[in-house]
Amino acid sequence: MEHIKKLKVINDLGIHARSSARIVELAGRYNSKLYFKKDGHEEVDGNSILSILTLACPKGTEIDARAVGEDSKDLLDELSRLFQLKFGEEK
Amino acid sequence: MTDNQRAENIKLQGIAVSPGIIIGKARLVDRSKQKIVYQYLIDEKDLNREVERFRNALLVTKQQIAAVKNNMPEQLKQHAFILDTHLMILDDSMVSEATTKTIVEEKINAEWALKKSVQKINKIFSEIEDEYLRDRSNDVENVAERILRNLAGKEQDSLSVINERVIIVAHNLSPADTSELNTSKIMGFITDIGGRTSHTAIMAQALEIPAVVGLESATNVISDGCLLIVDGYKGEVIINPDVNIISAFQEKQTYYDKYKSSILRLNYLPSETTDGHRVTLKANVEFFEEIAAAKDHGAEGIGLYRTEYLYLRSKEIPDEDELYKDYKQVAEIILPETVTIRTLDLGGDKILTHYQTAKEMNPALGLRAIRFCLKEPDIFKSQLRAILRASAHGNVRILFPMISGFQEFLDVKKILGEVMNDLESRKVEYDRDIKIGIMIEIPSAVTIADILAKHVDFFSIGTNDLIQYALAIDRVNEHVAFMYEPYHPAVIRMIKQTVDAARDAGIEVSLCGEMAGDPMCASILLGIGIDELSMNSGSIPLIKKIIRSISRKEAMNDLNHIMELTTAREIKKFIEKNLERFIPELKDKNTLKPPGNNSLSIGN
Repeated sequence: MEHIKKLKVINDLGIHARSSARIVELAGRYNSKLYFKKDGHEEVDGNSILSILTLACPKGTEIDARAVGEDSKDLLDELSRLFQLKFGEEK
Repeated sequence: MTDNQRAENIKLQGIAVSPGIIIGKARLVDRSKQKIVYQYLIDEKDLNREVERFRNALLVTKQQIAAVKNNMPEQLKQHAFILDTHLMILDDSMVSEATTKTIVEEKINAEWALKKSVQKINKIFSEIEDEYLRDRSNDVENVAERILRNLAGKEQDSLSVINERVIIVAHNLSPADTSELNTSKIMGFITDIGGRTSHTAIMAQALEIPAVVGLESATNVISDGCLLIVDGYKGEVIINPDVNIISAFQEKQTYYDKYKSSILRLNYLPSETTDGHRVTLKANVEFFEEIAAAKDHGAEGIGLYRTEYLYLRSKEIPDEDELYKDYKQVAEIILPETVTIRTLDLGGDKILTHYQTAKEMNPALGLRAIRFCLKEPDIFKSQLRAILRASAHGNVRILFPMISGFQEFLDVKKILGEVMNDLESRKVEYDRDIKIGIMIEIPSAVTIADILAKHVDFFSIGTNDLIQYALAIDRVNEHVAFMYEPYHPAVIRMIKQTVDAARDAGIEVSLCGEMAGDPMCASILLGIGIDELSMNSGSIPLIKKIIRSISRKEAMNDLNHIMELTTAREIKKFIEKNLERFIPELKDKNTLKPPGNNSLSIGN
């Protein structure tokens, strides 16, 4: 099973160390594999904090999240919530 | 390097990341100076064992970092995520899997394979534009270094065992290392590498210990046990200082301590001359977070609220509601005082990333500030609506930058009128009597200040740009930067002409450039009759102290004399001599001038 979802970075700091860590932590709780793709870049491993960081996503960036596996839909739903909650950043 | 034991006063320049001055003994810590890693081939049959050796090292490293995290001192707990990040880097496929793969495929030892992985990661990171993200490769280095040590089977000499009053000198300190420092004993630390946004720097600030990073060769030139002075304000380290230098720094140290406590004593006193003339001292503010410090330093309001940040930090133009929320928040927290919000002053060096304008030959003379806003009325109107809506929640004034002529101001007012009508028709609340002011920072505006003064509620003189435009000096250009001269008679005359025009029209005039926070300029500006000075909040206590020690009458007499002087040098000499009369401790201006934007900064 494969699902794709468009996600938008809306937190002030963009995807920095702390938010990347939250993503990897979340992805680790699911069996599905997670990938991110940003325009003009190669797809990267969503379970790798370094890959996510190197994608360089400031506030306003749109990325495609692709999950492969039986719980891929749940993973993307949770992930989308995490983006919407601005990774729990204060304010 | 025993030679250095005798060589005195060697000065190293690094990056100041955590303020304070310390004088103490160096303790060299053998930390992650790139050890030479050798490459050797592994026999086919031993490959599994080599992979196993690498995995073990990963496991041990993981346990060590987890242990440090569990023992983190209380004030660092909020930064615990940094160590979580390091744990994830250990598990990252670009580190663990990539290295294992390299060991097997290239039949090489784990150390060399790991080094290859790290180099690959570094290369990817080095291409990132964002400084913060680029600095994260430092985190990878920290983790890799620990793995290498564990591969070598070396005992990690934990920094927690250092129990003397020493200054730690290291090639690099990882956040984990920093977390282990016994801060009741350790005075501070200095390192060869690292940047302003490194995680180690953040930890040093949280621990409130002075730190200087990026010294490049500290571990090469400093020997264990030698005497060091670390100036966490300037980023300076002095090796084997002589008696004179030590006592100079001791004085500086005492001065800072006294200065810190004097802030608290002074901040509730009015900024009033000995003959009862009041000058309002306000703060220049860019971030909401700065407002608390501004109040602590005795600011009576925000004289300049810069609004560029929200436009710069994201790829999109911020929407009206986001701006409104920000301005409202500021207006509410500064109550009952006033906040003067300056409309977008972008252009020149800080063009919107997503608004790709043609490369300009002379950005300072190009499409910037109010010119940009008039060309993009939608962006402008959205900001004006946000400011007006915020004005319903506090005392807000609007300030338009870069006005060069009366027609331009009429164009601005027309747009403002349209926005007000729109709000009116939608019954949106705003302050109908909102005060409207303009920046006086272009020589043409000075020349017609008498015309402009009749149509605005206040002037705000922006000396940084005014000096640049009046003297035709690009401050960023190292060949002419030295000619940038606030004491130039032309500059002083222009300020006076502006203030006189404001006086005649009966409007208020403030000054918000660096001159406002320069102790040398205080008496001139007082003599000219500026109503309000707005500066970095760190400068307020000293300026207040100067104002409280002179009289308006003396300042006016001095100004009469200054107006007759013909060169900047003469003027400067006169002020210097004058100032010593009132405040003897100002004599050595250098001891009074800590650098940077930290909360202790006095001059600019």
